[in-house]
Amino acid sequence: MSGLTQAAPAAPEPLDGRATRAGAPEPGAPGTLAAEAAPGGWAGTGGPAPRTYEAALQALAAVRPELVVMTAENRAAIRNLPAVLGPRFIDVGICEQTMIGAAAGLALRGRTPVAHALATFLVMRAFEFIRTDVGIANLPVTLVGAVPGFLSDGNGPTHQALEDVALMRGIPHMQVVCPADEEELIAALPAILDSRAPCYVRHNALPAAVVHTAPFAIGRAELVAPGAEGGVTLLTYGFLLREVAAARQVLEDHGVPVAVLNMRSLQPVDEAAVVAAARSSRLLVTVEDHFQTGGLYSIVAEVMVRHGVLCRLRSISLGARWFKPALLPAVLAHEGFTGPAIAGKVLAELGERALLDQTLVDIPGGRPRPAGWR
Amino acid sequence: MSMETPSPATGAAAAPASDDSRQSQPAPHSRQSQPARHPRRSEPWALEELPPLALRVREHIVRLATAGGCFIGASLSCADLLVYLYTRVLRLSPETLADPGRDYLFLSKGHDVPALYGTLAELGYIERERLGRHLQTDDSIYWHPNRAVPGVEFHSGSLGHLLSVGIGVALDIRLRGGANRVWVILGDGELDEGSVWEACLVASALRLDNLTAIVDRNEFQANVRTEELVPLEPIPAKFEAFGWSCRTADGHDFADLEAALGPLRTAPYAPGRPSVVVARTVRGKGLPSIEARADRWFANFTAEEIEGLLAELHGGPSRGITSEGLVVR
Repeated sequence: MSGLTQAAPAAPEPLDGRATRAGAPEPGAPGTLAAEAAPGGWAGTGGPAPRTYEAALQALAAVRPELVVMTAENRAAIRNLPAVLGPRFIDVGICEQTMIGAAAGLALRGRTPVAHALATFLVMRAFEFIRTDVGIANLPVTLVGAVPGFLSDGNGPTHQALEDVALMRGIPHMQVVCPADEEELIAALPAILDSRAPCYVRHNALPAAVVHTAPFAIGRAELVAPGAEGGVTLLTYGFLLREVAAARQVLEDHGVPVAVLNMRSLQPVDEAAVVAAARSSRLLVTVEDHFQTGGLYSIVAEVMVRHGVLCRLRSISLGARWFKPALLPAVLAHEGFTGPAIAGKVLAELGERALLDQTLVDIPGGRPRPAGWR
Repeated sequence: MSMETPSPATGAAAAPASDDSRQSQPAPHSRQSQPARHPRRSEPWALEELPPLALRVREHIVRLATAGGCFIGASLSCADLLVYLYTRVLRLSPETLADPGRDYLFLSKGHDVPALYGTLAELGYIERERLGRHLQTDDSIYWHPNRAVPGVEFHSGSLGHLLSVGIGVALDIRLRGGANRVWVILGDGELDEGSVWEACLVASALRLDNLTAIVDRNEFQANVRTEELVPLEPIPAKFEAFGWSCRTADGHDFADLEAALGPLRTAPYAPGRPSVVVARTVRGKGLPSIEARADRWFANFTAEEIEGLLAELHGGPSRGITSEGLVVR
């Protein structure tokens, strides 16, 4: 029974000569560039904020020996990690179910696996493994789904993850994080790992969608642009934030005050932000590359009902259909998700509303229209 | 550089507090005359001690087949395997459940958990009385394993999962340079699941020779013979083709199990390859009247029938089961 006397298992293989972790960052600690000035460097790594997702994983792995990186032969975003991580890089081949089961087993032993696969195959081929092995046991496994939503470009419906948010948020304990760009993806990683809970991440390594002002925190939305009382609030997540920010500019140019909420954490969701938007806006519009069912539109509706706050709510989504496969810019144009197209849909919605308001204007006590409102 | 070493989580979650002031359901277990706790032993179990121990485990299984019932046939086929592993192979004891150096046993087919409950109760992992709370809402003793029961490493019930979970545990043990080993019990019907073979490929690719699978080859899936529905043979050749080293054994003969599984305590059959033992078993083993109805896998007997089956376990006449309690699930 010699094995039983071993009080503490041998340390995992050292990664490289990086500085020892200064201390675990506090949960929800800022992960943005602002944290660079902190004594422990970015997220306790002793270094500056990394510029790429891959570098972020490498830096975190250097100071978190419990971190292992897994993939079901999807290496696009982590191509250089095998050489750096050695046996802590685990490629199981095209075996999504086995990867998730093994991730649960690793987590049982104290590891925090970050598992990669294409979003569709990760959340759907392996769904029951995620729900049963990771979800029921509430294990700290991070699931990173590649090319979610429109990011699958020309692959076609087999590769279009348009129900991933709905599926993942239906699992108790599962967090759902959808970064707007690579900077936010990087900022989210330490917070996710510190959460010690399962998390699904929509991988997105596109350039900055906006200038982020709020440090990433799970459960917190980012108010990208303030609107005005009685205006419109656009809510979105992922790379579409870039298009929504462009749409806001178009709408502002038309005199429509618009607030933009970056709903980067869909579960838990920032209920206070949604309620505040519903209270202050005359129209909420959710914009998402997801089926209408179960995504942000459903989330906002649920939050409003739960809090007894009602506001006109419209969805710009894929409805209940797959999108036309093409390169991303062509997809956005074809499906009507460019900034101008989104603005046009909002204006059309407001047009109907404006007509209605016109009839109300003459009624004593009718809600006055804000200045500049067309 | 110094690295923080994560501590592996203890396998067992905190068990629900047992409320002794509340008289639980008068289950058949309350009629047991044996002392509640099995004396903890430090000396090894001799092979000749195992048949009487296995008989007591089977008594537990039979007692669980009423007041809601259980999957009795598969539990009886697996009882000797579990008794053998827990007494003669696993580096594990009630005192070392949280030791990162312990061996891990995963019961992947899950529905045979009455055999595990009985084994854990006899070996002091849980109180025997606890089995009297089968299907009671004040405890977590139900039809499939869960971690609220000390000794259960992971929940199961959905087939085809725990070989991959075992791969993860085996991987971490190897990363830490541990000498402990991982054991996964598979049902033969479970081999229908593609995820089992996916995991077999991966375990072989990762050269996880600290991993052993044991197939409870009782030749039945839920309602029919495996070979009549989705034929599985030749099972050893299949595992060999997937890069595993395979042996077979009589799953009810402790000497045979010792010959096949004993060497795996400390080393694989072949370096760099996972090992598998196909244990030939009989569904309902120990109860001829259950063996004769191997086509039924879930049973919920009356208290009177339970008494008859207990007598049958001890060599009494086989009564032949006609009860409606032999239900199909």
